[in-house]
Amino acid sequence: MLRKAHGVGDNKKMNEQEREILTQFPRKRTNLIPILQKFQEMDKFISPELISEIGQYLDLSENDIYSVAGFYPQFKLEAPGQHNISICLCMSCRRKGGNEIMRSFEKELGIEAGQTTGDSKFSISRVALTGCSGSSPVVKVDQEAFINMTPDKVKELIEKYS
Amino acid sequence: MDFEKIQKDATAEWETVKKDKKAPFADLPVIKSEVAISLKNCGVIDPDNINHYIANGGYSGLVKALKVDPKDVIAEVKKSGLRGRGGAGYPVSDKWTTCLKEDSREKYIICNAAEGDPGVYIAKILFECDPHSVLEGILIGAYASGATHGFIYINNEYSQAIARIRTALQRMRDMGLLGEKVLGSGFNFEIEIRESAGAFIAGEETALLNSMEGKRATTSIRPPYPAQTGLFGNPTVINNVETLSHVSAIFQKGADWYSGIGTDHSKGTKVFVLGGDIKNPGLVEVPMGTTVREVVYNMGGGIADGKALKAVQIGGPTGGFLIESELDMPIDYEHLKESGNILGSGSILVFNENACAVDLAKNCLLYLENESCGKCVFCREGTLQFALILSDITEGSGRHEDLEVLEEFGEAIKEGAFCAFGRNAVNPVLTTIKHFKEEYIEHISNHKCPAKVCKIA
Repeated sequence: MLRKAHGVGDNKKMNEQEREILTQFPRKRTNLIPILQKFQEMDKFISPELISEIGQYLDLSENDIYSVAGFYPQFKLEAPGQHNISICLCMSCRRKGGNEIMRSFEKELGIEAGQTTGDSKFSISRVALTGCSGSSPVVKVDQEAFINMTPDKVKELIEKYS
Repeated sequence: MDFEKIQKDATAEWETVKKDKKAPFADLPVIKSEVAISLKNCGVIDPDNINHYIANGGYSGLVKALKVDPKDVIAEVKKSGLRGRGGAGYPVSDKWTTCLKEDSREKYIICNAAEGDPGVYIAKILFECDPHSVLEGILIGAYASGATHGFIYINNEYSQAIARIRTALQRMRDMGLLGEKVLGSGFNFEIEIRESAGAFIAGEETALLNSMEGKRATTSIRPPYPAQTGLFGNPTVINNVETLSHVSAIFQKGADWYSGIGTDHSKGTKVFVLGGDIKNPGLVEVPMGTTVREVVYNMGGGIADGKALKAVQIGGPTGGFLIESELDMPIDYEHLKESGNILGSGSILVFNENACAVDLAKNCLLYLENESCGKCVFCREGTLQFALILSDITEGSGRHEDLEVLEEFGEAIKEGAFCAFGRNAVNPVLTTIKHFKEEYIEHISNHKCPAKVCKIA
């Protein structure tokens, strides 16, 4: 039996291309994370409609999928802003002031880590990048990295992408 | 398949390129290790060219292993004294024996390349520079433990490494080293890549299994051990990347050669990532039993900018801090265990005199609080409260009873947490209190940070 939550994703359907991708995976729970990874890569986030469809495909409840998708930092459950600002909070970056950088971004944009601004321009996420030691603190805007950041460079950086 | 012919052709090809090789990677001061096992080919061979690996002794270990009974393969590993490099130091031969003895139609071997510690990149370098040394180890391990299918569980951010593995697997299939009847023997085997979705805890073996089954990466109780009941309920051997690269070296050069390196109970070498305020940050491979001082000062070149040493953290964010007087401790499983330290992720972070002990502990706990899987109360609530208390102290609102609370509950978490992550999460706090109690008191009583790191208003 398929389990389905009320109200969520009842009317919206996946498009042909998405359905084709989904059906490439065998209908086994072990493929849940690879499926989520594929859609995260394509859409940059996992929408409620998608969760409902994946649930029906794998015969899992939406709750179950939310619990998995919410656990791993890789999966975003909200649509990201036009520009995604990733602030590295690894041990090295924290020591060189990463916490302050995070606070300045939060203050400047009026949102918290994991959220998106009202105009959908920016979202902030907390990450831990590999091997920053030497260039800390590091901030990435989309794929571009900015090293040796300071709180007073924050405003400038936001303006550059506005 | 005639392996001798393959070997001959490979050697001929290697000879033509060898003289043009400058091996810049291996010439770096940090990399230049006296004994190299895992890193021996890194920067020397072309990782995408299987012939380079074969010409340097590659896959001769697999040929030797396939000629004998799985039990004899395990006996050889037992003789070498190889222990798991993932941190716990469990004898590899015992894991394989347990799996071999289990009665099951399907058995698995998983290469654990999930590196959660952001400061560590050993698996990344091994797969990027010498993927076949790990893959040969997986094949030998699979044959010895009776595994029918192999997996490589690797960080999804390691795109270069994943691409190298894909190429390597294809070359192996072309040469008959993978698939049906490996090298003409009766051994059939396939390897699949599974990308992890992040999370520090996913490197713990039971959490890794849950993640591969499509669940949250929370830890499960042991026993039953994965070698008895693992992935999808089938016996599963989980070995670290570095361990597997040592397996191929043991079969290429012999168990006697391997057991000659290291100490009485800890054999072989270990790769460390040197970082923090050190002159030469990077990867270094040292024999087990080398002291922390030798690693930091001889290989790492000492503290950067001529500053004095404050503390050294071994084993990643859950590791404890060592001070100057403890640096003569040899790095091997016994000494680390005895002194309450861990091998952990294999990182060695060095901090100079400008660092604040409370700030260091706070940063570790802020990271760990976010990475706790949330399954048990001790770890979930403990790491959060510890992070809050330490933040209070660094902001000048610490209370006098805080130190007592940290010490008392620290011991409780060490006893009560479900897995090694939680048990070790308090290490940074307890060790900094042990060594730098006066700094904590200065923050709490006088609202001053002696290192002038914490901004107390």
